[in-house]
Amino acid sequence: MPDSFSINERMSGRRKFLVAATSVAGGIAGAAIATPFLLSMMPSERAKAAGAPVEVDISKLEPGMLLMVEWRGKVVWILDRTPEMLETLVKIEADLADPTSEKKQQPDYAKNRTRSIKPEILVIEGVCTHLGCSPVFRKEVAPADLGPDWLGGFFCPCHGSKFDLAGRVYKNVPAPSNMVVPPHTYLSDNRLLIGAESEGSA
Amino acid sequence: MSKLFNSMIGWIDERFPLTSNWRAHLSEYYAPKNFNFWYYFGSLALLVLINQLITGIFLTMNYKPDASLAFASVEYIMRDVNYGWLIRYMHSTGASMFFVVVYLHMFRGMMYGSYRKPRELLWLIGMAIFFVLMSLAFTGYILPWGQMSYWGAQVIVSMFGAIPVIGDTLSQWLLGDFTLSDAALNRFFAYHVVTLPILLVVLVLVHILALHETGSNNPDGIEIKANKNPQTGIPVDGIPFHPYYSVKDIVGIVVFLLVFGGIIFFAPEMGGYFLEYNNFIPANTLQTPDHIAPVWYFTPYYSMLRAVTVNFLWIDAKLWGVILMAASVVIFCFLPWLDRSPVKSIRYKGPYFKTALTLFVISFFVLGWLGTKSPTPLYTLLAQIFTVIYFAFFILMPWYSKIDKTKPEPKRVTK
Repeated sequence: MPDSFSINERMSGRRKFLVAATSVAGGIAGAAIATPFLLSMMPSERAKAAGAPVEVDISKLEPGMLLMVEWRGKVVWILDRTPEMLETLVKIEADLADPTSEKKQQPDYAKNRTRSIKPEILVIEGVCTHLGCSPVFRKEVAPADLGPDWLGGFFCPCHGSKFDLAGRVYKNVPAPSNMVVPPHTYLSDNRLLIGAESEGSA
Repeated sequence: MSKLFNSMIGWIDERFPLTSNWRAHLSEYYAPKNFNFWYYFGSLALLVLINQLITGIFLTMNYKPDASLAFASVEYIMRDVNYGWLIRYMHSTGASMFFVVVYLHMFRGMMYGSYRKPRELLWLIGMAIFFVLMSLAFTGYILPWGQMSYWGAQVIVSMFGAIPVIGDTLSQWLLGDFTLSDAALNRFFAYHVVTLPILLVVLVLVHILALHETGSNNPDGIEIKANKNPQTGIPVDGIPFHPYYSVKDIVGIVVFLLVFGGIIFFAPEMGGYFLEYNNFIPANTLQTPDHIAPVWYFTPYYSMLRAVTVNFLWIDAKLWGVILMAASVVIFCFLPWLDRSPVKSIRYKGPYFKTALTLFVISFFVLGWLGTKSPTPLYTLLAQIFTVIYFAFFILMPWYSKIDKTKPEPKRVTK
């Protein structure tokens, strides 16, 4: 203690400056060498290249049926909604947090009540907007565990978030927003392209 | 023979502080003579740490950190590697037992005021150990790449995504990909077997050094260093750690190993609490299991995460849940400054503190139990109520600990 104290006492302006300048230079060098290591942890070129769109044939999809496909490591659901299912979308709106899809969770062409291009066909990422679980498709009306007001929709088993049959989130659940509609387009009546808005754009 | 031994020790002592350290930390480290049952868990935590390090090294000899191979390599360890099942169950049971002994160790500190001055830093180092331990448990649980590994990791990483502005970039940086994939498994393996164990071992050494600087607290919460023998300078209520407590700890270790062995041989999965059934299914990126819950030691915090269902101020429910969950763990760090009681130990504290601590323990258990259940409206309401009690224990402490009716502390330690 006395030693370092006396050294401090004798620190001239020149020595102080040199110590400060060396510390700053060392700090910059440290930050510089940390940069490549930290950046090496960002998605690699191979991971970036793996996002190609997928084409799906939906000719075998029947009303009320849910088809799962994988796109960019995520599950995408394709649901053919029956007329009764579409009717529930109107009835349920008072219980929803964002019934008109104001938050940008979908491309503009899906910003409508059914959140889809064709009213009956829902194309949506099967990922809960809370913490990334995949909700369960619960199409039955008023099951015991979800209560008498349930008209069919998606229920997240992880934290209890609820979504309607257009992936719109209920009020007072942990999830903050509607489920995400990925960019998609119809190449023909039964050929659906997920991940791009035209055949050449991806 | 003893002459040769002494001259060898002398040779070492001239080159390395062997005898002086032996004395400072073992044979002449004076611990209070009134330690009780609750003082086993520090040495047991050290035992479990050594168990995890050794079994972990042997597991890496056969495990493959590759999303397409990981699950099968764990099954290979379980079925084909000689005694692989034993080594893996020692490691997986060790993980749960680590939390058992650490929770009891922390509860001991809360009962006897071990976090109070002059041991604030000791408590904070202990909290750092707890954070590293949680990270180790999380990264380790991902490695088998079963359904719970995958979806558990998905949930935790998504929590970082809830942070405003930087959330998306941060979770990409953590995952090394746009989704949870092989890149993440590979790096979580690196954290689990290199980064975090080194950090843990260093922190444990620092924890012990800090403990030996201030000296151990005791069930009476009084400072034995305040009353030293004037001739020897040794605390009159202190006894040397070695051999008195080293021998006592061996008894604790034997009893612990009986329990530990019992679990490994008869109930390694502990009815789905230590190893969850869904984790015996390979990870399926398209489907979340119908019922997901973290391993038991994380369930209290998990309950609080999903207890928030309403937006409040300008922050949405999702971010509130994450904030609350983080706060529920970090808030322990503030205990040294929240407790305003004139006495340290629960033996001399009044009814307010005793009631508060009891309610806290109850809420910890209830939240833990709720975290293993599927969320229903009733359970969510219960989780909300007990979350409030959990936080009230900490936030109201400066008041109730101050006005509490305490008893006078004794001059010397009691039985």
